[in-house]
Amino acid sequence: MIEFPEKADQIKRWSQIFFFGLARILSISIILILLLILYFIVSRGISVISWEFLSAAPKESMTQGGIMPALVGTLYLIFWSMLIAFPIGVMAGIYVNEYSQDGRIKRFIKMMTNNLSGIPSIVFGLFGMALFVNYLNFGASILAGSLTLALLSLPLIIRTTEESLKSVDQGFRNGSYALGASKLYTIRKVVLPIAFPNIITGLILSIGRVSGETAPILFTCAAYFLPKLPSSVMEQCMALPYHLYVIATSGTDVAKTRPMAYGTALVLIIIVLIVNLFANLLRNYFASKVKMK
Amino acid sequence: MNRSIEKGVEVLIKTCGYFTSVVVVLIVFFLFKEGLSFVGSTPVEEGFSIVVSKANSAITINSVQAKDIFDSKIHNWSEISGKPDFIRLFDLDDLLEIFSPEELGADFENSEVCIRRLLDSLPGAMVVVLNAALPKDHKLHTLQLDKITLYSFLSDRQWFPTAKPVGVYGALPLLLGTLLVSIMAIILALPFGLAGAIYLAEIADNRVRNWLKPLIELLSGIPSVVYGFFGLVVIVPFVQQVFGLSVGETALSGSIVLAIMALPTIITVSEDAIRTIPSDVRQASLALGASHWQTITRVLIPYAASGISAAIILGVGRAIGETMAVLMVTGNAAIMPHGLTHPVRTIPATIAAELGEASFGGLHFKALFALGCVLFVITFVTNYIVDSISRKRKI
Repeated sequence: MIEFPEKADQIKRWSQIFFFGLARILSISIILILLLILYFIVSRGISVISWEFLSAAPKESMTQGGIMPALVGTLYLIFWSMLIAFPIGVMAGIYVNEYSQDGRIKRFIKMMTNNLSGIPSIVFGLFGMALFVNYLNFGASILAGSLTLALLSLPLIIRTTEESLKSVDQGFRNGSYALGASKLYTIRKVVLPIAFPNIITGLILSIGRVSGETAPILFTCAAYFLPKLPSSVMEQCMALPYHLYVIATSGTDVAKTRPMAYGTALVLIIIVLIVNLFANLLRNYFASKVKMK
Repeated sequence: MNRSIEKGVEVLIKTCGYFTSVVVVLIVFFLFKEGLSFVGSTPVEEGFSIVVSKANSAITINSVQAKDIFDSKIHNWSEISGKPDFIRLFDLDDLLEIFSPEELGADFENSEVCIRRLLDSLPGAMVVVLNAALPKDHKLHTLQLDKITLYSFLSDRQWFPTAKPVGVYGALPLLLGTLLVSIMAIILALPFGLAGAIYLAEIADNRVRNWLKPLIELLSGIPSVVYGFFGLVVIVPFVQQVFGLSVGETALSGSIVLAIMALPTIITVSEDAIRTIPSDVRQASLALGASHWQTITRVLIPYAASGISAAIILGVGRAIGETMAVLMVTGNAAIMPHGLTHPVRTIPATIAAELGEASFGGLHFKALFALGCVLFVITFVTNYIVDSISRKRKI
């Protein structure tokens, strides 16, 4: 009969209980940090949010009024940057997953995309200033800012496109080829429709990213204060994240600008929450659809 | 669809495939074009010359000494290995007081003669003069300053780019500040991140996991300004109170904010590393009688070590490049870091804070691009390391 070393067994069991508990506590504390941030901003910002806050321009050196120009500016930036980045990103994803045969070229493109996603946002800001603002002479404008943000969000769109195309079963493609369809036709009519919800997830996440980025637009687009809305893409605009930075750090009367800052932060958080909720819903929808096959 | 249109679309798709590579090349080109032109230049404010006597033009001083001279901390040429003589500073306004408008000429035509007369009577003089006020082919002697080298840029301990007329461009305080804040952030984040990864990969059941993953993603979705704002209103006062400081904007505040921001990266990458371990490994350990916890610490974590180190490096890389949050909470003192409870300034924060004031194409502007190059190189190297680690793991 084998004798089990009882003491060692006890230690083994208790240490497992202890460390599992510790891991659980540390994990829960991460969620608590998240909830603390959300609670803090929601509880102080909620009373500031009103129709006036969303529809009026800042007044009295940013202590009164609202954030409308910044909100609209951010919407402009989202619209233009996604208009540029989404088609390019999706096509790049299609190229990487459907067309490139050579493993080395594929790896090279992936590596470059990876590098692009690792570049700090402030470096994008420098680059945008050097290329778009100065070299191409767009000046600080919505166009320059959107282009900079578009480049920044490309890797995310490419990667999600690639992943969602990869998860489309090869059988769909083969079936289409067997019916005599060309490669492009197959991609357009068979592969893309299946992968579409997941590709949109990438778009939505990019919108979240673009709406919160400050450093890339500091020198390419963002204006400190503009009472009027921009009338063309060659003009500067205000943007929510930059507006938050401005009122959080450079106000002369902190007590009076603070509520405005909480309100702006809350609007940013709400955008992020909506974006994440949508992305998750779409992802679940996609997962259930892929399972069905 | 028409065959030729189809061909055209395919060419377009291929072009888009290479787009990111082109962008990276363009970023390198524009960044380094400005950044490299900074190396080798003389740190005198653009458009100005510093004129000295012939004897004193033989002395070469560095930018810190020059700054001390103009800050009246160095008074005598003997302090900078010249002949003992008081250093007297003159600028254009002084010249206008000493010489009559007739002597100088309406457009400063005679400025060369006047400055020569001044230097003859006061050999220790140092005249800062607008280049526009000097004839193009003047034969005056200018102060010899050390040129900026890559080494001096990275190793000098003072950063005063706006000092006039000689700027001091030593990026060491910024570099050390960046490293201090980022590495401390990862040290703070690591226990939480690792515990989170282990919990998600090994301990939590699927239901909990499906709840936790989106929440952690949410953490990575929050904009950095919001983190900065949260840091400013919560963490800065907290650090100030706990350590009894006069200001709470310190390296530690920055590290705490960055630690929270780095958590999602560390958790996702290390969880992935643990999760992709073949289940044979896990089962073999369990079959030998090891407890689940023993399996995790003695088998799974060593097995996933390279992936976890990739997570750490990636986290540090992200932290180094983070701009807005750090800008808002670290106090932005461009001095050599004294410790965690003192203000520091990081490289990205410096770029963000100063580029707006730097005149386009000037030396300060170029210096900030050079800082951008440093950042780019750091992130490129971290990416490369992470990439090679993950490739090795696949083999």
